[in-house]
Amino acid sequence: MSNDPIHQFHITKLIPIDIGGYDFSFTNSAAFMVATVVATSAFLFLTTSSRGLVPGRLQSLSEMSYEFVASMLRDAAGSHGMRFFPFVFSLFMFVLVANLLGLFPYFFTVTAQIIVTFALAALVIGTVLVYGFMKHGFGFLKLFVPSGVPAVLVPLVVLIEVISFVSRPVSLSVRLFANMLAGHITLKVFAGFVASLSALGAVGIAGSILPLAMTVAITALEILVAFLQAYVFAVLTCMYLNDALHPGH
Amino acid sequence: MEVAAAKAIGAGIACLGMGGAGIGLGTIFGNYLAGALRNPSAADGQFGRLIFGFAVTEALGIFSLLVALLLLFT
Repeated sequence: MSNDPIHQFHITKLIPIDIGGYDFSFTNSAAFMVATVVATSAFLFLTTSSRGLVPGRLQSLSEMSYEFVASMLRDAAGSHGMRFFPFVFSLFMFVLVANLLGLFPYFFTVTAQIIVTFALAALVIGTVLVYGFMKHGFGFLKLFVPSGVPAVLVPLVVLIEVISFVSRPVSLSVRLFANMLAGHITLKVFAGFVASLSALGAVGIAGSILPLAMTVAITALEILVAFLQAYVFAVLTCMYLNDALHPGH
Repeated sequence: MEVAAAKAIGAGIACLGMGGAGIGLGTIFGNYLAGALRNPSAADGQFGRLIFGFAVTEALGIFSLLVALLLLFT
């Protein structure tokens, strides 16, 4: 069944744990989440521990990622938004490193599991709701009533705004999940063409150069997508946090 | 009709949605290029928004690809 393009997303239990009828097993998904966190923390810690005044290559890489997320957040949510910087930075680095780790052959892609991306999106929307109501009380509901709308249109606009707000966690999670899933399936399908063509003999081996080149090209595209989706996830998080900070537009 | 045949037809129809994403991406990059040629000095500042629009639009095409793949492989 190893030719099945879906096979790479199967979750297997590495250490079965069962507490009171619930399944708390340590799976390959959990293992790669731990690996993602360890890799990110180790990279950021080791590259910045020398604290050179003139940064080396690796130190400037981690400083660039810091400055990248910081300017993204400052542009979207203003200087008040910087209190959410640790949150947004952790989200961005987790999604980015999980996406990039998943591109290695035989590695498991954590972000191609809908439950993982949905948990991340629910965390974002939960933070927006809790912080918005904590800071503004019921004034947070002004988010659903844009200023300058004629009174006749207000019920319709509120309905549309509520639907748009409710669909945010869905679109945020499905976007990341679907991009990762579709990218990895496409890679696997094209790699499968190489195997099945080269089984046809000399002509097939000559012809299999085409799907092989395509696989290389798609891998390059997937590296771009891995970065872009982490960026989009972080930018949308910044925009939603901006709503919690300044609900009245 | 057999279920497998219906699935294959459905996957093919689902892929039509990617044409919409293609139109959207063409609009984004075409308009960016038109704007960049008119005012090249402002082009670099809008590159982030270009990439953002690209990723958000491309995701919709990916959704239809996802539906097709789910029909084929599950």
